[in-house]
Amino acid sequence: MVIKTYKSWKQRFIPLGLVAAMAIVLAACDSAVWNNPHPPEQDQNIYYSSFTERPKHLDPVRSYSSNEYSLLGQIYEPVLHYHYLKRPYQLVPLTASRMPLLSYVDAHGQPTSADQADFIVYDIEIMPGTLFQPHPAFAQADGAYLYHPLSEHALKDVYRVSDFAKTDTRELRASDYVYQIKRLADPALHSPIASILSHHIAGFAQFRARIAEARSHQAAEAWLDLRDFEMSGVEVLGPYRYRLKVSREYPQFIYWLAMPFFSPMPWEADRFYSQAALRKRNITLDWFPVGTGAFMLTENNPNLRMVLERNPNFRTDYYPSEASPADQAAGLINDAGRLLPFIDKAIYSLEKENIPYWNKFLQGYYDGSGISTDSFDQAIQVNQNGELGLTDFMIERDINLSVAYNITTIYIGFNMLDPVVGGNSERARKLRRALSIAIDIEEYISIFLNGRGLAAQGPLPPGLFAYRAGVDGINPYVYDWVGGSPRRKSIAEAKRLLAAAGYKDGIDQDSGKPLLLHFDSVGTGPDAKAWLNWLRKQFAKIDIQLVIRNTDYNRFQDKMAKAKAQIFRWGWNADYPDPENFLFLFYGPNAKFGGQGENASNYQNPEFDRMFERMRSLPNNEERQQLIDQMVQQLRDDAPWVWGYHPKSFALYHGWLKNVKPNQLAHNRLKYLRVDSTLRRDQQSQWNSPHWSPLLIFLLALVVFVLPAVYLYYQRQRSSAV
Amino acid sequence: MIDYLSRRILYAIPILIGVNLLTFALFFVVNSPDDIARMHLGHRHVTQEQIDFWKTERGYHKPLLYNAEQTGFSKVSDTIFFDKSVRLFAFDFGRSDSGRDIAHDISQRMWPSLAIAVPTLLIGLLVNITFALVMVFFRATYVDFWSVILCVVLMSISALFYIIGGQYLVAKLLKLVPISGYAVGTSAIKFVILPVLIGVLSGIGAGSRWYRTIFLEEASKDYVTTARAKGLGDFYILFRHILPNALIPILTGVVVILPLLFMGSLIIESFFGIPGLGSYTIDAIAREDFAIVRAMVFLGSFLYIIGLLLTDISYTLVDPRVRLE
Repeated sequence: MVIKTYKSWKQRFIPLGLVAAMAIVLAACDSAVWNNPHPPEQDQNIYYSSFTERPKHLDPVRSYSSNEYSLLGQIYEPVLHYHYLKRPYQLVPLTASRMPLLSYVDAHGQPTSADQADFIVYDIEIMPGTLFQPHPAFAQADGAYLYHPLSEHALKDVYRVSDFAKTDTRELRASDYVYQIKRLADPALHSPIASILSHHIAGFAQFRARIAEARSHQAAEAWLDLRDFEMSGVEVLGPYRYRLKVSREYPQFIYWLAMPFFSPMPWEADRFYSQAALRKRNITLDWFPVGTGAFMLTENNPNLRMVLERNPNFRTDYYPSEASPADQAAGLINDAGRLLPFIDKAIYSLEKENIPYWNKFLQGYYDGSGISTDSFDQAIQVNQNGELGLTDFMIERDINLSVAYNITTIYIGFNMLDPVVGGNSERARKLRRALSIAIDIEEYISIFLNGRGLAAQGPLPPGLFAYRAGVDGINPYVYDWVGGSPRRKSIAEAKRLLAAAGYKDGIDQDSGKPLLLHFDSVGTGPDAKAWLNWLRKQFAKIDIQLVIRNTDYNRFQDKMAKAKAQIFRWGWNADYPDPENFLFLFYGPNAKFGGQGENASNYQNPEFDRMFERMRSLPNNEERQQLIDQMVQQLRDDAPWVWGYHPKSFALYHGWLKNVKPNQLAHNRLKYLRVDSTLRRDQQSQWNSPHWSPLLIFLLALVVFVLPAVYLYYQRQRSSAV
Repeated sequence: MIDYLSRRILYAIPILIGVNLLTFALFFVVNSPDDIARMHLGHRHVTQEQIDFWKTERGYHKPLLYNAEQTGFSKVSDTIFFDKSVRLFAFDFGRSDSGRDIAHDISQRMWPSLAIAVPTLLIGLLVNITFALVMVFFRATYVDFWSVILCVVLMSISALFYIIGGQYLVAKLLKLVPISGYAVGTSAIKFVILPVLIGVLSGIGAGSRWYRTIFLEEASKDYVTTARAKGLGDFYILFRHILPNALIPILTGVVVILPLLFMGSLIIESFFGIPGLGSYTIDAIAREDFAIVRAMVFLGSFLYIIGLLLTDISYTLVDPRVRLE
């Protein structure tokens, strides 16, 4: 009886359950292709990309990394930006109506010549009519702001900025830029460039001290209206004009005006987000930006995805029409003069692991992708001329390759304060030069980077003013010019230098002991192990024993700050396209030991410092070129670094993505991109039709496996009955 | 039973303090407050002044465990440990070092973890028990023999292989579901299918073998022989006699992990891009966000204790002979 009930339950509910489950699954698989990770597009022009790590900061006062800039650059608009197509990189107005007007004043504010000036004054005028994105911080009723201040009760159902019923906008004013500069000085906001600006913007340090004092008299995290405080070097001249007074010693300051640090910040947003009740709900300016850019962040769930949508208030802006013949040939000005942006939405999905990310790109679910070492062979092949190109599979799928040198130098540094490898003695210099020859950077690039890099001849990467290519640009201590290309000097030459340094066959002639050097590393995992083994072998080529001291990044930083590392590897990404941004890494006062600067080698050379101080205030002319040539030569003489390499970035993008041009410095690239969504949809359907047959075969095999057992069981039952 | 439970809850307090102290010690052996500040402030252009200000702002400028400069109870209370730990016992997790409300983050991230963990547990239980019953039912046939071999093979394969292999086969070759990702609502189903399938598959080997052992032990007992002697069918004996009596050891394993389900799975969540709690702790360790690490370890310990209590209670429900005193 009980068994009968069991059967009837099974008969009744299992089919129903199966039907319901199938219905739910089918409802969930609501797109034409089942493996599509994105929701249906609904005729929107969407750009799909990914991120591997959640942005730490989206407040432009703190943000200082490229992954954050890829979002912030679309939302916030500084007064200047880099031309999307022109090379070398060129600063052009963004929200400014023209490039800043420069004048020179002395310490008393009196106009003077450029040579005698103490300060450069930047007069900046912005275009009228630029509006902020719709945001609740601007919403008003009866002349009062609706959402600041807010009571806890009013926030009952608020969990995101989009939960506020009303939004509004207002026109961008010069005072918004000035407000942001004051925020950069606020010690409570921890801007990473506050210490730099303290040296350059007039009155910045004093303003910072006053704000610190004012904050000490109020509750932590309470709003402080920075409009009530004046900074002597920053002045609002009208609704659309403001003035900055900057130290004459730092003409490169103009490049900072193109960085998100100098974006406009409406005081209403600062006030709105400073409310404790919102902070408690994780609604902060560091999470929900407010800008004037082509896009606004409408979903910020960095554990899953971040969504940028077209800013309905975005001003009239056009695709550039000036381009080089090569860009014209590449179709990069086919959209010249058309209104920007082209896409409606950009969805960035979290992809922590490389395998799913790469496969989704191949399935057409991401519009572009980098190339990891794992997938390099699948994407890139070497042709008969030894050049790198796309594989047939990539070409067949109409995938394009974009290649660009990063404005980056990765190097192996010597601690110049170290008694063995450091110092200005001829002996140490020869030792460093010998090691520079022995460490075969070309081999490193070939083995570990799949050829994606250029061996460095000095600190300056290609693409910068004063960079010299060809025979004029080689480092004569490490290379010979043979057959139209640089050739690394022989190991015999390195050994000769080593012997001249007093370490013949790797033995210290003074003590009679083998020379033992130490390399401080932060590498972990198999890749790091392989590279460290390789490095050990490079030293062994000239009979030097290398001891690896592996540690975590914090310990490493600590060692560097205390000048306890002997040899180390580090790198520098350009903040802006000026040689000063690389040569300052050797400027004495910037030494890491004692000065907390970025001169990690603690290189000190009064002659170099003198040339640097002269060079940094010169325009890009022949005199500057000559001076930089001398500085680079001085560095090659002293060899404080093994001039590692400049990485080359390879990126892939599908044929439906248009107007792609690599630009390491322009952060607002998204508005120039165009997507042919019809082509994408067709390709996705073609590449992703599901295969059911293997599943059916598996089920059949299962039945075939079980059937004899069932037969056996019934036979056993029958035989026992007999 | 109330006395028993109260006693167990009181026992939990020193355990939680101990776990907290251990977490604190382990964390600060590896990371100094200066390291934490540097990690949050970035690595470029950071001065000691900024580091000191950041530490003062968040209370990391105090001594770790003992403040010799204070008097009386303040010697203990005016320390990083006291500041950051005592509030946990009121389940006030506070703010992360990056300024986010931890309780809010946990409440957001627990649902995706549950969306994977609950079906994996339930379907896994169903499949494992069914498979074990099939093996017992067909015991001493080739089905039992080859099934045990299959279980051993499945047990021997690394979890990572199941994930990568599953993604390759089901998502890349057969193109039946997305390789990774997540969505809210019913759209989550297509993203959950593959991780659940892999979670279940990777657990079949160990789970089924264990249940098979339990069932076989029950099947050899006298009451089963009696039932068979009375002429009851094999199906009936299996489901009405063996299965209920084997529930206690099964419950022991299952109930204890119930509260921990929402803590998520690190590897599965990472590979499938599931925004759950599994990666929350690991991300926090990577970012040196002590506030989150401390909160999650505390929560994990607390839930484990709750799990053990629930196991005890479940015994009384399944077996009337068990009494908690």
